Amino acid sequence: MKRIFKNRITENGLNPTHFHTGQLKILAYMVPICVVMALPIVFIIMNAFKPIDELFAYPPRFYVKNPTLQNFSDLFSLTSQTNIPMSRYLINSIVSTFLTVFLTIVFSASAGFALSKKRFKLRSTLFKINQTALMFVPVAVQIPRYFVIVYTGLSDSFWSNIIPLLAAPTCVFLLKQFIDQIPDALIEAAVIDGAGDFTIMRRIIFPLIRSPLSTVAIITFQTAWNSVEASTFYINDDSIKNFAFYVSTLSNQSGNVVAGAGVSAAATLIMFLPNLLLFIFLQSRVMNSMVHSGIK
Amino acid sequence: MRKNNKIRKIKQPPWLLLTPYAVIFIIFIIIPVSAAILLSFTYFNTIEPPSFVGLRNYIDLFTSDTTFLQYVLPNTIAYACFVGAGGYILSFFLAWSLSQLTHRVRTVMTIIIYSPSMTGGILISKIWTVVFDGSETGYLNYLLMDWGIISEPIKWLQSSEWLLPVMIIVALWSSMGVGFLSIFSGITNVNKELYEAARVDGVKNRWQEIIYVTIPSIMPQMLFGAVMTIVNTFQTSGVGVALSGSNPTPNYAGQLIGTHIEDYGFIRYEMGYAAAVSVVLLIFIKFMSAGANKLFAEKD
Repeated sequence: MKRIFKNRITENGLNPTHFHTGQLKILAYMVPICVVMALPIVFIIMNAFKPIDELFAYPPRFYVKNPTLQNFSDLFSLTSQTNIPMSRYLINSIVSTFLTVFLTIVFSASAGFALSKKRFKLRSTLFKINQTALMFVPVAVQIPRYFVIVYTGLSDSFWSNIIPLLAAPTCVFLLKQFIDQIPDALIEAAVIDGAGDFTIMRRIIFPLIRSPLSTVAIITFQTAWNSVEASTFYINDDSIKNFAFYVSTLSNQSGNVVAGAGVSAAATLIMFLPNLLLFIFLQSRVMNSMVHSGIK
Repeated sequence: MRKNNKIRKIKQPPWLLLTPYAVIFIIFIIIPVSAAILLSFTYFNTIEPPSFVGLRNYIDLFTSDTTFLQYVLPNTIAYACFVGAGGYILSFFLAWSLSQLTHRVRTVMTIIIYSPSMTGGILISKIWTVVFDGSETGYLNYLLMDWGIISEPIKWLQSSEWLLPVMIIVALWSSMGVGFLSIFSGITNVNKELYEAARVDGVKNRWQEIIYVTIPSIMPQMLFGAVMTIVNTFQTSGVGVALSGSNPTPNYAGQLIGTHIEDYGFIRYEMGYAAAVSVVLLIFIKFMSAGANKLFAEKD
């Protein structure tokens, strides 16, 4: 049953299976576009391994000649002005990002399941509200959000790195659209066998929605890992701020531009790499799930 | 016996599943949006309690806020056109081009095109401030001087002429995100038989194929892509501040609605006024999404 279901949702229509000369025209502009788009990324990688004299070489050189790990060891031995070691920020980021991804998956999948498979009065209204909230732009209401954080007592708490990010209408939307594809019969069969919601989620829903869960994981990871909102506005205590915030302070913190640049280049790479690796690792699942992302 | 069991289980109410998300949704989306609307009718400096001022904030915004009328509004419109509309067309064009290529090639290219959207605010400023550095050691200045196009280094990020174009380029570079993936995945999954049928019906070239087959078959993804693009456009409006390193941006050259809110809210502490700007921004977004909805919603 699972197999049939899987085949149905991954089946592809148009895409060439072989190379033919008609593709040359497209490659002729796509290759340069990709090169231009990739340059800044390659640049991050190159810079992280440049020794100081190459970072400030004139004329500036794109390639690294004598790669070194000096920047990384400098970075790891650095402490902030308030004597907090760099590793502390990194651990804060890892923990808060992991918790954000995990909780978003659990919360959004439960909500998506309820909105998709449960029959209740407000179902379509609630889904409409969530769909409208896809348009939600957090920066637009950053001021009331700040007051909400203060009144809920979340300010200066580690959880302010996590909880505001769990309001993710896009994730609920994507999961609901995908769960719609799961045949009701499958769930009814489980219900007849005496399974409750919890068992259905664990045994049927989660195994079948691995693809959209990958998408949700990636979107959430990026948001959480890159977020400086909490560290900038909600948290005063340096020991619970995250790595992204620390990186943003790097260039002007040391006062010494020359030494700062190497450390900053290494930190930039550490910021970027997890995003990239995660996407490369999960991209085929993400592409599978996006087929059902449409707003109908 | 079985039947009773089934009825009991299927009637397990949805509330337990919905509550965690619903609570967070109300606290961090519904309440802030409602609070923004309420605050927008008040004068509030965070020290004294808010006092009701009626529509004064809105009237001030559209009649006497010269920064808003002279810089913020035109900048925002230009930015929305290039990054929003332009980025949207670009993402469809890239997605369509990729779908014409073989699987392995397009997988690599998708990763390359998507990867800039992972960079976020901090990384964007880290990367691009080096490229657009104002001294002669900046990559772009060096290249342009080397090629003899300019003789003096240009202060890209501090100049009122160049900041907005640079912001647009940087934002476009990083805008091929989830919306792009959705459109791309929609195009690659259009039923091949539709194209054959269309050929029989007289569709002659690729262009007609796109208009009569591809786009109509992927309306839902086009709409989702549009909403994601609009949100991304306004969510990244801090890029000017990130690049130039100051809010307000030099001569307000890169000031957008988003940064105007931050300027009044967190720098001048005029929370009521900032909330009014927020409401205007939300209406702007709603308006654009309604347009997208009109274009792409499937008619029942």
